[in-house]
Amino acid sequence: MTGWMLDLPLALGLFGAGAATLAARSLFGAVLGFISTGLIATLVWVRLEAPDVALTEAVIGAAATSVIILYVASRVGGGAAPPAPPHIALRVLAATLSALLAVLLALALLALPEQAPSLAAPVLEKIGPTGLGNPVTAVLMAHRAIDTLLESAVLVFAVFVIWSMAPDRRWGRAPGPAFVAEPHGPLAFLARVLPPIGIVIGIYIAWVGADAPGGKFQGGAVLAAMWVLPWIAGLIAPPSIRDMRLRLAIAAGPLVFLLVGLAGFAWAEGFLAYPPGYAKILILLIETAMTLSVATAMACMIAGPPERRPQP
Amino acid sequence: MIGTPGGSLLVLAIALPLGATLIAFVLGGQAAARIARASLWLWLALAVAIVAMVIARGEPLTYLLGGFTPPLGIALAADGLAAAMLLASAIVLVAAGLFGRVAYPAPSWEKGGRAAFAYWCLLPALAASLAVAFLARDLFSLFVALEMLTFTALALACLDGRPSQFKAELRYLLFALLGSVLYLLGCALLYGAYGTLDIGLLAGNTRADAPTRLAGALMTVGLLAKMAVFPLHLWLPPAHAGAPPAGSALLSGLVVKGAFVLLVRLWFWVLPGPPVAGAELLAALGAAAILVGSVVALRQERLKALIAYSTVAQIGYLFLMFPLLMAGDPDAATRAWMGGMMQAVSHALAKAAMFLAAGLIVQSIGEDRVAGLCGAARATPLSVLAIGIGGLSLMGVPPSGGFTAKWMLLRASVDTGQWWWSLVILAGGLLTGGYVYRLVAAALSPTPEGVTPRPVPRIQEGAVLVLALLSMLLGLLPLSMLGLAQIGQPVIAP
Repeated sequence: MTGWMLDLPLALGLFGAGAATLAARSLFGAVLGFISTGLIATLVWVRLEAPDVALTEAVIGAAATSVIILYVASRVGGGAAPPAPPHIALRVLAATLSALLAVLLALALLALPEQAPSLAAPVLEKIGPTGLGNPVTAVLMAHRAIDTLLESAVLVFAVFVIWSMAPDRRWGRAPGPAFVAEPHGPLAFLARVLPPIGIVIGIYIAWVGADAPGGKFQGGAVLAAMWVLPWIAGLIAPPSIRDMRLRLAIAAGPLVFLLVGLAGFAWAEGFLAYPPGYAKILILLIETAMTLSVATAMACMIAGPPERRPQP
Repeated sequence: MIGTPGGSLLVLAIALPLGATLIAFVLGGQAAARIARASLWLWLALAVAIVAMVIARGEPLTYLLGGFTPPLGIALAADGLAAAMLLASAIVLVAAGLFGRVAYPAPSWEKGGRAAFAYWCLLPALAASLAVAFLARDLFSLFVALEMLTFTALALACLDGRPSQFKAELRYLLFALLGSVLYLLGCALLYGAYGTLDIGLLAGNTRADAPTRLAGALMTVGLLAKMAVFPLHLWLPPAHAGAPPAGSALLSGLVVKGAFVLLVRLWFWVLPGPPVAGAELLAALGAAAILVGSVVALRQERLKALIAYSTVAQIGYLFLMFPLLMAGDPDAATRAWMGGMMQAVSHALAKAAMFLAAGLIVQSIGEDRVAGLCGAARATPLSVLAIGIGGLSLMGVPPSGGFTAKWMLLRASVDTGQWWWSLVILAGGLLTGGYVYRLVAAALSPTPEGVTPRPVPRIQEGAVLVLALLSMLLGLLPLSMLGLAQIGQPVIAP
């Protein structure tokens, strides 16, 4: 009974936020709609008792992505002059196709087996040897470790792809534009107050991932935010892309993961297998390196291609 | 048992280029270039070893990652299709590596080092992405491979850093991401229906119900968008023609083939008794791509645009095998299968050769209009030869790989009574002959007054010519090598 009272507003809200995003007249309006969609989706995941997905949706979907989009929107001139809408025929076609897809998806979902086949039981059964308490982490770090390894490599790919889009004259500089510091502005205040708390929270989220909802992607994103905030406030300068420590921090996660995976050939059953008894410590090692890499890579993605002269 | 003998080779085929990418990224400078080149040669050696092992064993190599059996774990497998595509990719990437020694000599953090740094990070990254796309046996891991391919392709196409190119690439990105979303939606539906995304477990166990059909349709459309199949081809010509030569060669030759392998896995392993009407629709789209792409290629003013439209046409051939495989005639199905594989491999080699050669010609005579190619044969004889040889393979002239491909498809279409596809194959061959003739005839005409062509480095011309010759020699492969394609060939119930 009470379930409906929660679910109905959530479902309508998700719909409404989506519609508002589409109907927004300005770029900023659309971004706000997008952020609300992400936040409501987070609540939906909570209602579906998927806290890991909810946390990811909140941190990556609602927060990190929104920051990037907001930032881009402000750089291309934001709400001032909305781009010309596409031709009416194109819009009608897109709407028709989207509506058709939605109807077909709904029909297909209704036709799915009532008792959804799930791997949750076998995952819980086999979690013992990994020494982990969170089955989601067991799947990400052991059973489907290759996907996680490749996804962490995709982050590195994304960084060098973004860097490679820099104009030649700005190559070799520090990522992102220069921000003017306002030492007594509200942003500078936030940038001084938030990071000490945020860094602890970020590390905590990454650390509890072994046993509870959380993990390196979510924790890393929070850490990235704590780094980006003082950048934007003009309090600290990011390192130049020439700095090998920056690049090592970005690539450390997949590198450590790959090395541990290859070590499995010698000390365990094979690639990406953990030696008995050492699974948890190795997974923690990988997750530590990956938290660092996720945080650095995300900060670099938010900052964009190199453009700022390195500080003397 | 964690895998068949030789299974570890599959792991190395992914881990080696991936590790090389990461280390090249961290070290930068000349070290990045050296590591990338060394890793590509080693990757070629691995691909040769995998092909040899698959042929020797006569059955696919497999490896269970982390020792976990699907559905919990993820399996890697190399059947004939994967092994052949891996080897073709390794050959093209090694050639791109040789080509890049001159084109991107000095990665650095100073002005002018940008494109080179990106290039040497991207080559092993592309190798790793393709290895995952060919070897992974899990639909979600394949999704990750698609993402890796999209990123690397995007950066390769923008290597010149020209703002005009960004617009074409943005359109490509839009198509590619739409394709990814549709593919991912399909994965979610399949997991909801079967509780696994392992291709081996799904094979033969899927039902022809609404969720499965919809998943198949969504994933097919997504992959078609990524392959630029007519009528979703509009993004390809500007994206491929505007890229730097090495980028175009890798995009046209290899990147689209990654999506093709996924489509084949989806249709002939995952989908329950794939729908014949759907296969005929795919082939009809392919036929339209062949005819429209070739006719438009004939009318192109610019050299690289012509070659890019030729890609649209040549991709069309890959789809002709779909209805031929499902006609219920085992001999014809084998021919269609081998024809499709041969087309994928020979087009990869020939098209890479043609794009690289076009780049050399433009660099030498400073002219990229087809009408302005006069004297190119005198200035860069080997490059023009490479375009000619690659063109013969695209046309399907014996003894080229393209001939074997088109001949097998032609015979399969006649044997199964679907003769109309043979008309398309023949018409496509004639039209291809038309646009290749245009290029070669223009290049052979006398040098105009006052033009002094710049010399082209031998190593680049050599790499290009070897690629073209390989696409020609494919047709002379002994039967035992052709049998490679049949190892692990899916059995399709009519």
